[in-house]
Amino acid sequence: MQVHDYDVVIVGAGGAGMRAAIESGQRARTAVLTKLYPTRSHTGAAQGGMCAALANVEEDNWEWHTFDTVKGGDYLVDQDAAEVMAKEAIDAVLDLEKMGLPFNRTPEGKIDQRRFGGHTRDHGKAAVRRACYAADRTGHMILQTLYQNCVKHGVEFFNEYYVLDLIMTDVDGVRRPAGVVSYELATGEIQIFRAKSVVFATGGFGKIFKTTSNAHTLTGDGVAVTYRNGLPLEDMEFFQFHPTGLAGLGILLSEAARGEGGVLRNSEGERFMERYAPTIKDLAPRDIVARSMANEVREGRGCGPNKDYVLLDLTHLEPAHIDAKLPDITEFARTYLGVEPYTEPVPVFPTAHYAMGGIPTNIKAEVLANNTDVVPGLYAAGECACVSVHGSNRLGTNSLLDINVFGKRAGIAAAEYAKTAQMPELPEAPEARVVEMIETMRSAAGTETIGAIRKDLQDTMDANVQVFRTDETLRKALDDIAALRERYRNIGIHDRGKRYNLDLLEAVELGFLLEIAEVVTVAAIHRKESRGGHFREDFPNRDDEHFMHHTMTYLDPTSEAEGIAGMRLETKPVVITRYQPMERKY
Amino acid sequence: MTANPEATTAEPASKVAIPEHLGGGAGDIPSFECTFQIARFLPEQDSEPHFEEYKVTMYGTDRVLDALHKIKWEIDGSLSFRRSCAHGVCGSDAVRINGRNRLACKTLLKDLDTDKPIVVEAIKGLPLEKDLIVDMEPFFQSYREIMPFLITSGPEPTRERLQSAEDRERFDDTTKCILCAACTSSCPVFWTDGQYFGPAAIVNAHRFIFDSRDDGGDLRLDVLNDKEGVWRCRTTFNCTEACPRGIQVTQAITEVRQAILQRAF
Repeated sequence: MQVHDYDVVIVGAGGAGMRAAIESGQRARTAVLTKLYPTRSHTGAAQGGMCAALANVEEDNWEWHTFDTVKGGDYLVDQDAAEVMAKEAIDAVLDLEKMGLPFNRTPEGKIDQRRFGGHTRDHGKAAVRRACYAADRTGHMILQTLYQNCVKHGVEFFNEYYVLDLIMTDVDGVRRPAGVVSYELATGEIQIFRAKSVVFATGGFGKIFKTTSNAHTLTGDGVAVTYRNGLPLEDMEFFQFHPTGLAGLGILLSEAARGEGGVLRNSEGERFMERYAPTIKDLAPRDIVARSMANEVREGRGCGPNKDYVLLDLTHLEPAHIDAKLPDITEFARTYLGVEPYTEPVPVFPTAHYAMGGIPTNIKAEVLANNTDVVPGLYAAGECACVSVHGSNRLGTNSLLDINVFGKRAGIAAAEYAKTAQMPELPEAPEARVVEMIETMRSAAGTETIGAIRKDLQDTMDANVQVFRTDETLRKALDDIAALRERYRNIGIHDRGKRYNLDLLEAVELGFLLEIAEVVTVAAIHRKESRGGHFREDFPNRDDEHFMHHTMTYLDPTSEAEGIAGMRLETKPVVITRYQPMERKY
Repeated sequence: MTANPEATTAEPASKVAIPEHLGGGAGDIPSFECTFQIARFLPEQDSEPHFEEYKVTMYGTDRVLDALHKIKWEIDGSLSFRRSCAHGVCGSDAVRINGRNRLACKTLLKDLDTDKPIVVEAIKGLPLEKDLIVDMEPFFQSYREIMPFLITSGPEPTRERLQSAEDRERFDDTTKCILCAACTSSCPVFWTDGQYFGPAAIVNAHRFIFDSRDDGGDLRLDVLNDKEGVWRCRTTFNCTEACPRGIQVTQAITEVRQAILQRAF
């Protein structure tokens, strides 16, 4: 068994992981483990922009951005964290520009800014131009720029190394990480990376759903691994459905399409968002727009042969403007649906997009062991983490911001911690669990297939845990997941080899998805109110009296939650500083 | 890049007539039988790749990647290929489809002749590892050698560096690269000489050489003036045709050559 020693190990090489690596790599001996090549990470699929109150094109300030973030998250946002993010946004954008990011420019040569959903002037008075962007490929530019700077700083990458377990150890009665157990795709070898600090930046888990903008590889590995080690997950019931996925495919069309003037229409040609959000209309936050679209379809005003989508109309925009600002997404419409956005409206429907919940951290990106204690030396940032800056609904562009602000914080904190910490002793046979799991799966000869179980999971999650939820649909999903977990014990795989055995790894990833889907559903059953991305038809109102708190889910063999053995639910208070909860209207 | 967003954001109509066909894309999706011939190579048992044939029922909206998944998930789980985003932005799934380098996730079956077998192989010129997977390390090594990062001199400004919209537009095309290697692995020069930097590395050098903020152009031009640099290009345009992002790769190479020549005089 090969054992590597590093000061800092970063798991994941998307935006958060690489932003952390740029900081950590200059301060401490750092390894970045990624199951993909870094430039394949899904940060690259982000399109519309990254908000910061630069005020380059109109009056703006970070306090307005903080307020919008808090209100956008339906007041479940930790306000201290939102304030940090909105304040540091300005430097985060300037840092990227100095690293070389090719932003679009104003006539004066400054970074250009455009409108985005939920971002407003003076606490909701009107939409504001706050999103810094590079056409509709801002995420691509961020991912490339961060990778370029990792190359510049000589960051050490271990590409196509999956991390399948976190090694925890006891030091003077305190649980802390001692490293990770990894699986090298090329060779099938299991290796240990011992480290003083570990940073998780593994992204989301949208593949629990069928219709999703997420990559095939977004299977929540870091989130599941953390949970399996007895650490809590926060606010897992809150999942964002992005309004404009290409109908039937889920491929994302940026909110920038609406920021640049596009509007949604139903089968009657009506701009229906005027009814749901009279002030900012199509630029209302995503949860509201997604729900409005689903409601139009439900009330029979959907389009197409099955009346199951609505239309994104860009036809009133100048083709030259579309080409300059939205080149990629209009090409997606042409390539995948054969629709010409210059002249035809584009079929769209909500697509599972972003996990607001994840591994709980404080504003230093330190992972929480419970409501008050941190796990010394363990950090998380980006979509896999829950700071919580997004509360129950993330505003568009705030994810690219989150990965930069908290990725940087995690990288600095992990390296600083490593400077004073001792290299931890490894517990005995830290790889044992992974070895057993891999060997069991490699020889699995059952009758169930990975493809069928995953499809059934995604189908039930789309049918029962999507935009509209009830106790009945959620319990149906929970029953289905239980049956699927049983079937998962009887899977068979074809590939018995060691090299590039993606069959085996898809089986491992499916295990992560099943576990996470169960946590999401149990937390959703427990939250008997509607807030942000979590809409319960049987409890359609926000209930601050009973639910103005975060949900913390623990793996606990001695407990039970919503009829599921082995889980424990607790609550964590929301940090409220300046903004008392108000009714959320746009 | 338009500079005045106000010009195009006049309030759109509250209600419009929706065309009969509701924006295309609708209607019954036809299904059809496809035959795939896929180059298989299991490093633990094969010395050479061989073709295996698979028959699958696919739909008009499906892409080659959907067919690869169907084969992997329903027929043979050992079929190995890389993929991630599945909509042409991550660059994982460049393969040879009927002899042309394409992204599997951007190639619609309806655009291929499905009366004949569809041939899928790994991209050429990089060491074959398994089935459709090649070793990408030599490709990324060339990329790293051209110093793909902004090089500046002088003190950092407190705010952003200014750049005119025109200067930004100058290198826009080459910022689109997703490092999929479709171009480099379609280049006949690269097939015979693995030391050649290849189109992708030159494209990424171009992205910085023509960025008005960058001061490292001379360093990169020195690298690319090498015998394995831009002069090896035979302008066959394979790379331009292969690029899934529509980058004018050959033109970028030509512009880098011109920059070297202009510098020499």
